[in-house]
Amino acid sequence: MTKNRAPAVEGMFTMDPERPSLIGGRSASNGSYYFPKDLGGNDPSCVGDDKREEVLLSRVGKVWSYTSADYPPALPYVIIEEPFQPFVIAAVQLEKESMVICGQMMPGIEIADMKVGMEVQLALDVLFEDDECEYMVWKWEPISGEIQ
Amino acid sequence: MTVKEIAIIGAGMHPWGKFIGKSFVDIGVQAAKEALNDAGVDWEEIQYVSGANTVRNGYPGWVSGSTFANALGFQGAQLASSYAACASGVTALSIARAQILAGVCDVALVVGADQVPKGMFAPVPGDRPADVDWLRFRLMGLSNPAYFGLFARRRMALYGDTQDDFATVKVKNSEHGSKNPNARFSKTFTMDDVNSSPVVADPLRLLEICTTSDGGAALVVCSLEYAKKKGIKNPVIVSGISTVGPTYPNAVIDMPYFGSDSWALTGDSNHTFKNQIAQHAYREAGISPRDLDFAEVYDLSSAYELDWYEHIGLCEPGKARELLHNGDTSLGGRIPINPSGGLGAFGEAIPAQAIAQVCELTWQLRGEAGERQVKGARVGLSINYGMFGHGSSVIARR
Repeated sequence: MTKNRAPAVEGMFTMDPERPSLIGGRSASNGSYYFPKDLGGNDPSCVGDDKREEVLLSRVGKVWSYTSADYPPALPYVIIEEPFQPFVIAAVQLEKESMVICGQMMPGIEIADMKVGMEVQLALDVLFEDDECEYMVWKWEPISGEIQ
Repeated sequence: MTVKEIAIIGAGMHPWGKFIGKSFVDIGVQAAKEALNDAGVDWEEIQYVSGANTVRNGYPGWVSGSTFANALGFQGAQLASSYAACASGVTALSIARAQILAGVCDVALVVGADQVPKGMFAPVPGDRPADVDWLRFRLMGLSNPAYFGLFARRRMALYGDTQDDFATVKVKNSEHGSKNPNARFSKTFTMDDVNSSPVVADPLRLLEICTTSDGGAALVVCSLEYAKKKGIKNPVIVSGISTVGPTYPNAVIDMPYFGSDSWALTGDSNHTFKNQIAQHAYREAGISPRDLDFAEVYDLSSAYELDWYEHIGLCEPGKARELLHNGDTSLGGRIPINPSGGLGAFGEAIPAQAIAQVCELTWQLRGEAGERQVKGARVGLSINYGMFGHGSSVIARR
Protein backbone atom coordinates (compact mmCIF):
# COMPACT_ATOMS: atom_id res chain seq x y z
CA MET A 1 0.00 0.00 0.00
CA THR A 2 1.37 3.39 -0.88
CA LYS A 3 1.69 5.84 1.95
CA ASN A 4 0.04 9.23 2.13
CA ARG A 5 2.20 12.17 1.19
CA ALA A 6 2.34 15.36 3.20
CA PRO A 7 4.57 18.43 2.99
CA ALA A 8 7.44 18.39 5.50
CA VAL A 9 6.47 21.97 6.34
CA GLU A 10 3.15 23.68 5.68
CA GLY A 11 2.68 26.52 3.26
CA MET A 12 6.06 26.72 1.51
CA PHE A 13 5.40 24.72 -1.64
CA THR A 14 2.58 23.09 -3.57
CA MET A 15 2.26 19.31 -3.66
CA ASP A 16 1.62 18.99 -7.41
CA PRO A 17 3.71 15.89 -8.21
CA GLU A 18 4.41 16.97 -11.80
CA ARG A 19 4.75 20.74 -11.52
CA PRO A 20 5.42 21.72 -7.91
CA SER A 21 6.02 25.39 -7.06
CA LEU A 22 7.44 27.31 -4.15
CA ILE A 23 4.89 29.55 -2.47
CA GLY A 24 6.24 33.04 -1.97
CA GLY A 25 4.90 36.46 -1.17
CA ARG A 26 4.58 39.57 -3.33
CA SER A 27 4.01 43.05 -2.03
CA ALA A 28 0.90 44.52 -3.63
CA SER A 29 2.29 48.03 -3.16
CA ASN A 30 5.68 47.66 -4.88
CA GLY A 31 5.74 44.15 -6.40
CA SER A 32 8.79 42.90 -4.48
CA TYR A 33 9.03 39.16 -3.78
CA TYR A 34 9.58 37.19 -0.58
CA PHE A 35 10.41 33.58 0.22
CA PRO A 36 9.31 32.07 2.51
CA LYS A 37 6.34 34.42 2.31
CA ASP A 38 6.67 35.74 5.85
CA LEU A 39 10.11 34.61 7.05
CA GLY A 40 12.59 36.50 4.87
CA GLY A 41 13.94 40.05 5.04
CA ASN A 42 11.41 42.87 5.18
CA ASP A 43 11.36 46.02 3.07
CA PRO A 44 11.23 48.94 5.53
CA SER A 45 9.08 50.91 3.09
CA CYS A 46 6.25 48.39 3.29
CA VAL A 47 6.43 46.80 6.71
CA GLY A 48 2.95 46.45 8.13
CA ASP A 49 1.65 46.28 4.58
CA ASP A 50 -1.00 43.58 4.94
CA LYS A 51 -1.25 43.34 1.18
CA ARG A 52 1.59 40.83 0.81
CA GLU A 53 -0.13 38.33 -1.45
CA GLU A 54 0.64 34.67 -1.92
CA VAL A 55 2.23 33.86 -5.30
CA LEU A 56 3.75 30.80 -6.92
CA LEU A 57 7.41 31.45 -7.75
CA SER A 58 9.14 30.54 -11.01
CA ARG A 59 9.76 26.79 -11.25
CA VAL A 60 12.95 27.20 -13.28
CA GLY A 61 16.16 28.98 -12.43
CA LYS A 62 19.91 29.04 -12.91
CA VAL A 63 22.44 27.65 -10.45
CA TRP A 64 24.06 30.60 -8.60
CA SER A 65 26.38 28.31 -6.65
CA TYR A 66 26.47 24.78 -5.30
CA THR A 67 28.15 22.63 -2.68
CA SER A 68 27.95 19.21 -1.10
CA ALA A 69 27.13 17.76 2.30
CA ASP A 70 29.72 15.02 2.66
CA TYR A 71 29.15 14.73 6.42
CA PRO A 72 25.72 14.13 7.97
CA PRO A 73 23.97 17.38 8.95
CA ALA A 74 22.83 17.80 12.56
CA LEU A 75 19.27 17.38 13.82
CA PRO A 76 16.57 18.43 13.03
CA TYR A 77 17.76 17.04 9.67
CA VAL A 78 16.59 13.43 9.53
CA ILE A 79 19.09 10.91 8.17
CA ILE A 80 17.07 8.30 6.31
CA GLU A 81 19.84 6.02 5.07
CA GLU A 82 22.75 4.36 6.86
CA PRO A 83 25.47 4.80 5.94
CA PHE A 84 24.78 8.46 5.25
CA GLN A 85 24.55 9.29 1.56
CA PRO A 86 26.20 12.63 0.70
CA PHE A 87 24.05 15.05 -1.30
CA VAL A 88 24.46 18.17 -3.39
CA ILE A 89 22.95 21.54 -2.43
CA ALA A 90 22.23 24.23 -5.00
CA ALA A 91 21.51 27.94 -4.60
CA VAL A 92 19.32 28.82 -7.56
CA GLN A 93 18.68 32.27 -9.02
CA LEU A 94 15.12 32.97 -10.16
CA GLU A 95 15.14 35.52 -12.96
CA LYS A 96 11.74 37.15 -12.59
CA GLU A 97 11.82 37.29 -8.79
CA SER A 98 15.50 38.38 -8.67
CA MET A 99 16.28 36.15 -5.75
CA VAL A 100 18.28 33.06 -4.86
CA ILE A 101 16.71 30.02 -3.17
CA CYS A 102 18.53 26.95 -1.86
CA GLY A 103 17.52 23.34 -1.98
CA GLN A 104 19.04 19.90 -2.28
CA MET A 105 19.57 18.52 -5.74
CA MET A 106 17.58 15.34 -6.48
CA PRO A 107 19.33 12.09 -5.42
CA GLY A 108 21.84 10.74 -7.92
CA ILE A 109 23.14 14.18 -8.90
CA GLU A 110 26.84 14.52 -8.11
CA ILE A 111 29.19 17.48 -7.85
CA ALA A 112 30.67 16.58 -11.24
CA ASP A 113 27.22 17.07 -12.80
CA MET A 114 26.99 20.64 -11.53
CA LYS A 115 27.93 23.94 -13.12
CA VAL A 116 27.24 27.54 -12.08
CA GLY A 117 24.70 28.91 -14.57
CA MET A 118 23.07 25.58 -15.46
CA GLU A 119 19.28 25.49 -15.65
CA VAL A 120 17.37 23.56 -13.03
CA GLN A 121 13.71 23.11 -12.16
CA LEU A 122 11.76 22.42 -9.02
CA ALA A 123 10.88 18.83 -8.07
CA LEU A 124 9.50 17.05 -5.02
CA ASP A 125 11.20 14.24 -3.12
CA VAL A 126 10.72 12.34 0.13
CA LEU A 127 12.58 14.04 2.98
CA PHE A 128 11.72 11.43 5.65
CA GLU A 129 8.82 9.12 6.50
CA ASP A 130 6.99 7.47 9.37
CA ASP A 131 4.57 4.51 9.44
CA GLU A 132 1.72 6.42 7.81
CA CYS A 133 3.20 9.15 5.77
CA GLU A 134 5.97 10.28 3.45
CA TYR A 135 7.03 13.87 4.19
CA MET A 136 7.93 15.75 1.03
CA VAL A 137 10.26 18.67 0.33
CA TRP A 138 11.31 20.64 -2.72
CA LYS A 139 14.57 19.84 -4.45
CA TRP A 140 16.14 21.00 -7.69
CA GLU A 141 16.79 18.83 -10.72
CA PRO A 142 18.71 19.44 -13.94
CA ILE A 143 16.52 20.15 -16.93
CA SER A 144 16.81 17.39 -19.47
CA GLY A 145 14.74 17.92 -22.58
CA GLU A 146 11.56 19.91 -22.21
CA ILE A 147 10.78 22.08 -19.23
CA GLN A 148 7.79 20.63 -17.44
CA MET B 1 31.00 61.73 12.60
CA THR B 2 33.03 62.44 15.72
CA VAL B 3 33.04 59.53 18.09
CA LYS B 4 34.69 59.74 21.47
CA GLU B 5 37.36 57.19 22.25
CA ILE B 6 38.05 54.76 25.07
CA ALA B 7 41.22 52.87 26.01
CA ILE B 8 41.96 49.16 26.21
CA ILE B 9 44.27 48.63 29.16
CA GLY B 10 43.98 44.88 29.61
CA ALA B 11 43.62 41.84 27.36
CA GLY B 12 43.43 38.22 28.43
CA MET B 13 42.61 34.80 27.06
CA HIS B 14 42.07 31.27 28.17
CA PRO B 15 43.84 29.10 25.55
CA TRP B 16 41.46 27.64 22.93
CA GLY B 17 40.81 23.93 22.44
CA LYS B 18 38.45 21.22 23.65
CA PHE B 19 38.08 21.13 27.40
CA ILE B 20 35.44 18.48 28.05
CA GLY B 21 34.29 18.70 31.65
CA LYS B 22 35.52 22.26 32.12
CA SER B 23 32.81 24.89 32.50
CA PHE B 24 32.49 28.00 30.35
CA VAL B 25 32.50 29.92 33.62
CA ASP B 26 35.98 28.65 34.59
CA ILE B 27 37.22 29.46 31.10
CA GLY B 28 35.79 32.99 31.20
CA VAL B 29 37.07 33.65 34.70
CA GLN B 30 40.60 32.65 33.72
CA ALA B 31 40.44 35.03 30.72
CA ALA B 32 39.06 37.80 32.95
CA LYS B 33 41.82 37.34 35.51
CA GLU B 34 44.45 37.48 32.77
CA ALA B 35 42.95 40.73 31.50
CA LEU B 36 42.78 42.25 34.99
CA ASN B 37 46.41 41.28 35.69
CA ASP B 38 47.44 42.68 32.35
CA ALA B 39 45.70 45.97 33.16
CA GLY B 40 47.00 46.14 36.72
CA VAL B 41 43.41 46.68 37.86
CA ASP B 42 41.91 44.89 40.87
CA TRP B 43 38.60 43.11 40.35
CA GLU B 44 37.11 45.29 43.10
CA GLU B 45 37.87 48.38 40.99
CA ILE B 46 35.75 47.16 38.05
CA GLN B 47 32.55 49.20 37.92
CA TYR B 48 30.82 47.50 35.03
CA VAL B 49 30.82 43.93 33.68
CA SER B 50 29.62 43.38 30.12
CA GLY B 51 29.23 39.68 29.36
CA ALA B 52 28.82 38.01 25.97
CA ASN B 53 26.34 35.17 26.30
CA THR B 54 26.52 31.52 25.31
CA VAL B 55 23.28 29.80 24.33
CA ARG B 56 24.65 26.28 24.76
CA ASN B 57 25.22 26.26 28.53
CA GLY B 58 21.77 26.77 30.01
CA TYR B 59 20.53 29.75 32.00
CA PRO B 60 23.93 30.84 33.40
CA GLY B 61 25.04 31.33 29.79
CA TRP B 62 22.12 33.69 29.06
CA VAL B 63 23.01 35.94 31.98
CA SER B 64 26.76 35.84 31.48
CA GLY B 65 27.45 39.27 33.01
CA SER B 66 25.98 38.10 36.30
CA THR B 67 27.50 34.62 35.99
CA PHE B 68 31.05 35.90 35.54
CA ALA B 69 30.62 38.62 38.18
CA ASN B 70 29.41 36.03 40.69
CA ALA B 71 32.26 33.66 39.85
CA LEU B 72 34.74 36.50 40.47
CA GLY B 73 32.80 37.46 43.61
CA PHE B 74 29.88 39.90 43.56
CA GLN B 75 31.23 43.32 44.46
CA GLY B 76 28.32 45.52 43.35
CA ALA B 77 29.43 46.34 39.78
CA GLN B 78 26.73 47.13 37.24
CA LEU B 79 26.08 44.26 34.82
CA ALA B 80 25.03 43.63 31.24
CA SER B 81 24.59 40.38 29.32
CA SER B 82 24.20 40.36 25.56
CA TYR B 83 23.80 37.93 22.71
CA ALA B 84 24.36 38.67 19.02
CA ALA B 85 25.57 35.25 17.80
CA CYS B 86 29.21 35.52 16.65
CA ALA B 87 29.05 39.31 17.11
CA SER B 88 28.21 39.01 20.82
CA GLY B 89 31.68 40.02 21.99
CA VAL B 90 31.68 43.33 20.15
CA THR B 91 28.11 44.02 21.19
CA ALA B 92 29.33 43.57 24.80
CA LEU B 93 32.28 45.90 24.08
CA SER B 94 29.98 48.51 22.52
CA ILE B 95 27.81 48.51 25.64
CA ALA B 96 30.89 49.01 27.84
CA ARG B 97 32.02 51.89 25.60
CA ALA B 98 28.62 53.56 25.80
CA GLN B 99 28.58 53.32 29.59
CA ILE B 100 32.09 54.73 29.87
CA LEU B 101 31.37 57.59 27.48
CA ALA B 102 28.07 58.32 29.22
CA GLY B 103 30.01 58.75 32.44
CA VAL B 104 28.24 55.84 34.10
CA CYS B 105 31.54 54.13 34.85
CA ASP B 106 35.27 54.69 34.37
CA VAL B 107 36.46 51.12 33.92
CA ALA B 108 34.70 47.99 32.66
CA LEU B 109 35.40 44.30 32.12
CA VAL B 110 34.21 42.70 28.85
CA VAL B 111 34.23 38.91 28.86
CA GLY B 112 32.97 35.97 26.81
CA ALA B 113 33.61 32.23 26.97
CA ASP B 114 32.13 29.01 25.63
CA GLN B 115 32.21 25.27 26.11
CA VAL B 116 30.31 23.33 23.43
CA PRO B 117 29.73 19.73 22.29
CA LYS B 118 32.11 18.34 19.68
CA GLY B 119 31.15 18.55 16.00
CA MET B 120 29.20 20.94 13.78
CA PHE B 121 26.94 23.53 15.38
CA ALA B 122 23.28 22.52 15.45
CA PRO B 123 20.20 24.61 16.18
CA VAL B 124 18.96 24.67 19.76
CA PRO B 125 16.55 21.73 20.28
CA GLY B 126 12.78 21.84 19.77
CA ASP B 127 10.35 22.00 16.84
CA ARG B 128 10.26 25.54 15.42
CA PRO B 129 8.84 25.66 11.88
CA ALA B 130 8.78 29.49 11.96
CA ASP B 131 12.55 29.73 12.64
CA VAL B 132 14.69 29.80 9.49
CA ASP B 133 17.66 28.47 11.48
CA TRP B 134 15.64 25.36 12.33
CA LEU B 135 14.13 25.12 8.84
CA ARG B 136 17.45 25.25 6.97
CA PHE B 137 18.60 22.11 8.79
CA ARG B 138 15.23 20.38 8.72
CA LEU B 139 14.36 20.93 5.07
CA MET B 140 17.72 20.63 3.34
CA GLY B 141 20.53 19.87 5.79
CA LEU B 142 22.02 23.30 5.14
CA SER B 143 24.74 23.27 7.82
CA ASN B 144 27.19 26.13 8.36
CA PRO B 145 29.93 24.55 6.18
CA ALA B 146 27.42 24.34 3.31
CA TYR B 147 27.25 28.16 3.21
CA PHE B 148 31.05 28.31 3.19
CA GLY B 149 31.01 25.87 0.26
CA LEU B 150 28.44 27.97 -1.62
CA PHE B 151 30.49 31.16 -1.14
CA ALA B 152 33.71 29.40 -2.19
CA ARG B 153 32.21 27.88 -5.34
CA ARG B 154 30.73 31.27 -6.22
CA ARG B 155 34.22 32.84 -6.05
CA MET B 156 35.52 30.13 -8.38
CA ALA B 157 32.73 30.82 -10.88
CA LEU B 158 32.94 34.63 -10.72
CA TYR B 159 36.66 35.27 -10.31
CA GLY B 160 38.43 32.08 -11.36
CA ASP B 161 39.69 31.36 -7.84
CA THR B 162 40.96 27.80 -7.40
CA GLN B 163 40.96 25.25 -4.61
CA ASP B 164 44.71 25.83 -4.34
CA ASP B 165 44.07 29.52 -3.66
CA PHE B 166 41.87 28.53 -0.74
CA ALA B 167 44.38 25.98 0.55
CA THR B 168 47.07 28.70 0.43
CA VAL B 169 45.04 30.74 2.93
CA LYS B 170 44.96 27.79 5.33
CA VAL B 171 48.71 27.24 5.00
CA LYS B 172 49.36 30.95 5.65
CA ASN B 173 47.13 31.11 8.72
CA SER B 174 48.54 27.90 10.14
CA GLU B 175 52.01 29.48 9.94
CA HIS B 176 50.68 32.50 11.84
CA GLY B 177 48.85 30.32 14.37
CA SER B 178 51.95 28.22 15.04
CA LYS B 179 53.45 31.34 16.64
CA ASN B 180 50.48 31.89 18.96
CA PRO B 181 50.46 30.08 22.32
CA ASN B 182 46.70 30.66 22.76
CA ALA B 183 45.77 29.02 19.44
CA ARG B 184 44.23 25.55 19.43
CA PHE B 185 46.26 24.27 16.48
CA SER B 186 50.01 24.79 16.45
CA LYS B 187 50.78 22.65 13.42
CA THR B 188 52.01 24.32 10.24
CA PHE B 189 50.05 22.67 7.45
CA THR B 190 51.32 22.14 3.91
CA MET B 191 49.33 22.31 0.67
CA ASP B 192 49.46 18.50 0.62
CA ASP B 193 48.02 18.27 4.13
CA VAL B 194 45.12 20.52 3.13
CA ASN B 195 44.48 18.88 -0.22
CA SER B 196 44.53 15.38 1.21
CA SER B 197 42.02 16.12 3.98
CA PRO B 198 38.48 14.92 3.22
CA VAL B 199 35.93 17.11 1.43
CA VAL B 200 33.32 18.50 3.83
CA ALA B 201 31.44 20.98 1.65
CA ASP B 202 32.74 20.99 -1.90
CA PRO B 203 35.08 22.69 -2.82
CA LEU B 204 36.24 22.96 0.81
CA ARG B 205 38.10 20.33 2.80
CA LEU B 206 38.20 19.52 6.49
CA LEU B 207 41.32 21.58 7.19
CA GLU B 208 39.75 24.62 5.50
CA ILE B 209 36.68 24.79 7.73
CA CYS B 210 37.01 26.20 11.21
CA THR B 211 36.24 23.88 14.08
CA THR B 212 34.01 24.52 17.07
CA SER B 213 36.21 25.26 20.07
CA ASP B 214 36.07 26.04 23.75
CA GLY B 215 37.81 29.23 24.72
CA GLY B 216 37.54 32.56 26.44
CA ALA B 217 38.68 36.15 25.98
CA ALA B 218 38.40 39.32 28.04
CA LEU B 219 39.25 43.02 27.90
CA VAL B 220 39.57 45.76 30.49
CA VAL B 221 38.45 49.04 28.94
CA CYS B 222 38.28 52.49 30.46
CA SER B 223 37.97 56.21 29.91
CA LEU B 224 41.07 58.05 28.66
CA GLU B 225 41.13 59.92 31.98
CA TYR B 226 41.14 56.69 33.96
CA ALA B 227 44.05 55.32 31.88
CA LYS B 228 45.96 58.52 32.56
CA LYS B 229 45.21 58.30 36.27
CA LYS B 230 46.55 54.75 36.23
CA GLY B 231 49.77 56.10 34.73
CA ILE B 232 49.29 54.37 31.36
CA LYS B 233 50.89 56.86 28.98
CA ASN B 234 50.17 55.48 25.56
CA PRO B 235 47.25 53.04 25.77
CA VAL B 236 45.63 51.24 22.86
CA ILE B 237 42.66 53.32 21.77
CA VAL B 238 39.31 52.06 20.42
CA SER B 239 38.57 54.56 17.67
CA GLY B 240 35.62 52.85 15.97
CA ILE B 241 33.08 50.14 16.66
CA SER B 242 30.52 48.85 14.20
CA THR B 243 27.44 46.92 15.28
CA VAL B 244 25.39 47.77 12.17
CA GLY B 245 22.60 45.65 10.78
CA PRO B 246 21.85 45.12 7.07
CA THR B 247 19.98 47.41 4.74
CA TYR B 248 17.23 45.77 2.71
CA PRO B 249 17.47 44.01 0.30
CA ASN B 250 20.39 41.77 1.21
CA ALA B 251 20.80 40.25 -2.24
CA VAL B 252 23.60 37.81 -1.38
CA ILE B 253 22.31 34.79 0.52
CA ASP B 254 23.55 34.49 4.07
CA MET B 255 23.34 32.28 7.13
CA PRO B 256 20.80 31.19 8.35
CA TYR B 257 18.51 32.12 5.45
CA PHE B 258 17.90 29.65 2.64
CA GLY B 259 16.69 32.40 0.32
CA SER B 260 18.13 35.85 -0.48
CA ASP B 261 16.06 39.02 -0.42
CA SER B 262 14.69 39.98 -3.83
CA TRP B 263 16.68 42.68 -5.64
CA ALA B 264 13.86 43.19 -8.18
CA LEU B 265 13.35 46.81 -7.11
CA THR B 266 17.00 47.87 -6.75
CA GLY B 267 18.57 45.83 -9.54
CA ASP B 268 21.69 45.38 -7.40
CA SER B 269 22.38 41.65 -7.16
CA ASN B 270 25.70 42.26 -5.37
CA HIS B 271 24.35 44.26 -2.45
CA THR B 272 25.57 42.48 0.66
CA PHE B 273 25.48 43.40 4.30
CA LYS B 274 29.06 42.25 4.64
CA ASN B 275 30.28 45.26 2.64
CA GLN B 276 28.65 47.64 5.12
CA ILE B 277 30.05 46.38 8.41
CA ALA B 278 33.58 47.81 8.21
CA GLN B 279 32.34 50.99 6.51
CA HIS B 280 30.68 52.10 9.71
CA ALA B 281 33.83 51.45 11.76
CA TYR B 282 35.92 53.41 9.21
CA ARG B 283 33.49 56.34 9.49
CA GLU B 284 33.66 56.36 13.28
CA ALA B 285 37.45 56.20 13.24
CA GLY B 286 37.76 58.71 10.39
CA ILE B 287 40.11 56.45 8.43
CA SER B 288 40.07 54.38 5.24
CA PRO B 289 41.27 50.86 4.42
CA ARG B 290 44.60 52.35 3.28
CA ASP B 291 45.36 53.34 6.87
CA LEU B 292 45.28 49.78 8.19
CA ASP B 293 48.50 47.98 9.13
CA PHE B 294 46.82 44.61 9.73
CA ALA B 295 43.42 43.02 10.29
CA GLU B 296 41.78 40.10 12.02
CA VAL B 297 38.97 38.82 9.79
CA TYR B 298 36.29 36.20 10.16
CA ASP B 299 37.82 33.19 8.39
CA LEU B 300 35.14 30.61 9.05
CA SER B 301 36.66 28.97 5.98
CA SER B 302 39.82 29.49 3.98
CA ALA B 303 37.87 30.90 1.01
CA TYR B 304 35.81 33.16 3.26
CA GLU B 305 38.99 35.00 4.30
CA LEU B 306 39.34 36.14 0.68
CA ASP B 307 35.77 37.48 0.71
CA TRP B 308 36.67 39.63 3.73
CA TYR B 309 39.67 41.26 1.97
CA GLU B 310 37.08 42.63 -0.42
CA HIS B 311 34.36 43.34 2.16
CA ILE B 312 36.74 45.51 4.22
CA GLY B 313 37.92 47.37 1.14
CA LEU B 314 41.50 46.11 0.79
CA CYS B 315 40.91 45.40 -2.91
CA GLU B 316 38.25 45.27 -5.61
CA PRO B 317 35.98 42.20 -5.77
CA GLY B 318 37.88 39.32 -7.35
CA LYS B 319 41.36 40.65 -6.54
CA ALA B 320 41.83 39.02 -3.15
CA ARG B 321 43.89 36.15 -4.50
CA GLU B 322 46.42 38.65 -5.88
CA LEU B 323 46.99 40.07 -2.39
CA LEU B 324 47.32 36.54 -1.08
CA HIS B 325 49.82 35.37 -3.66
CA ASN B 326 51.86 38.58 -3.48
CA GLY B 327 52.42 37.74 0.16
CA ASP B 328 50.75 41.03 1.14
CA THR B 329 48.54 39.33 3.70
CA SER B 330 51.22 37.11 5.29
CA LEU B 331 53.29 38.15 8.30
CA GLY B 332 56.05 40.35 6.90
CA GLY B 333 53.76 41.48 4.07
CA ARG B 334 52.14 44.85 3.41
CA ILE B 335 48.98 44.14 5.42
CA PRO B 336 49.09 40.89 7.36
CA ILE B 337 45.65 39.33 7.76
CA ASN B 338 44.93 37.14 10.76
CA PRO B 339 48.38 37.39 12.34
CA SER B 340 46.83 35.50 15.30
CA GLY B 341 46.17 32.52 13.03
CA GLY B 342 42.48 33.45 12.83
CA LEU B 343 39.60 31.09 13.35
CA GLY B 344 41.46 28.53 11.27
CA ALA B 345 43.94 28.18 14.13
CA PHE B 346 41.53 28.91 17.00
CA GLY B 347 38.15 27.53 15.96
CA GLU B 348 34.93 29.21 16.96
CA ALA B 349 33.99 29.92 20.57
CA ILE B 350 31.01 32.09 19.73
CA PRO B 351 30.81 34.62 22.60
CA ALA B 352 34.61 34.89 22.84
CA GLN B 353 35.74 35.18 19.25
CA ALA B 354 35.03 38.85 18.58
CA ILE B 355 36.72 39.71 21.90
CA ALA B 356 39.66 37.46 21.02
CA GLN B 357 40.14 39.43 17.80
CA VAL B 358 40.35 42.65 19.83
CA CYS B 359 42.86 40.99 22.20
CA GLU B 360 45.06 40.37 19.16
CA LEU B 361 44.64 44.01 18.02
CA THR B 362 45.74 45.07 21.51
CA TRP B 363 48.83 42.88 21.68
CA GLN B 364 49.88 43.78 18.13
CA LEU B 365 49.46 47.52 18.74
CA ARG B 366 51.51 47.28 21.92
CA GLY B 367 54.24 45.39 20.09
CA GLU B 368 53.78 42.40 22.41
CA ALA B 369 52.84 39.75 19.83
CA GLY B 370 56.20 38.02 19.93
CA GLU B 371 57.11 35.97 16.88
CA ARG B 372 53.90 36.96 15.11
CA GLN B 373 54.40 40.71 15.63
CA VAL B 374 53.36 42.92 12.72
CA LYS B 375 56.23 45.40 12.45
CA GLY B 376 55.25 49.00 13.18
CA ALA B 377 51.58 48.17 13.75
CA ARG B 378 49.73 51.42 14.48
CA VAL B 379 46.17 50.76 13.26
CA GLY B 380 44.29 47.47 13.17
CA LEU B 381 40.77 46.33 12.32
CA SER B 382 38.77 43.32 13.42
CA ILE B 383 35.62 42.14 11.71
CA ASN B 384 33.08 39.43 12.14
CA TYR B 385 29.42 38.79 11.62
CA GLY B 386 26.65 37.35 13.77
CA MET B 387 24.08 35.37 11.86
CA PHE B 388 20.63 36.89 11.31
CA GLY B 389 22.34 40.24 10.74
CA HIS B 390 24.60 41.41 13.55
CA GLY B 391 27.63 43.27 12.20
CA SER B 392 30.79 43.47 14.28
CA SER B 393 33.95 45.45 13.64
CA VAL B 394 36.47 47.31 15.78
CA ILE B 395 39.22 49.72 14.78
CA ALA B 396 41.98 50.20 17.32
CA ARG B 397 45.04 52.40 17.15
CA ARG B 398 48.07 53.33 19.18
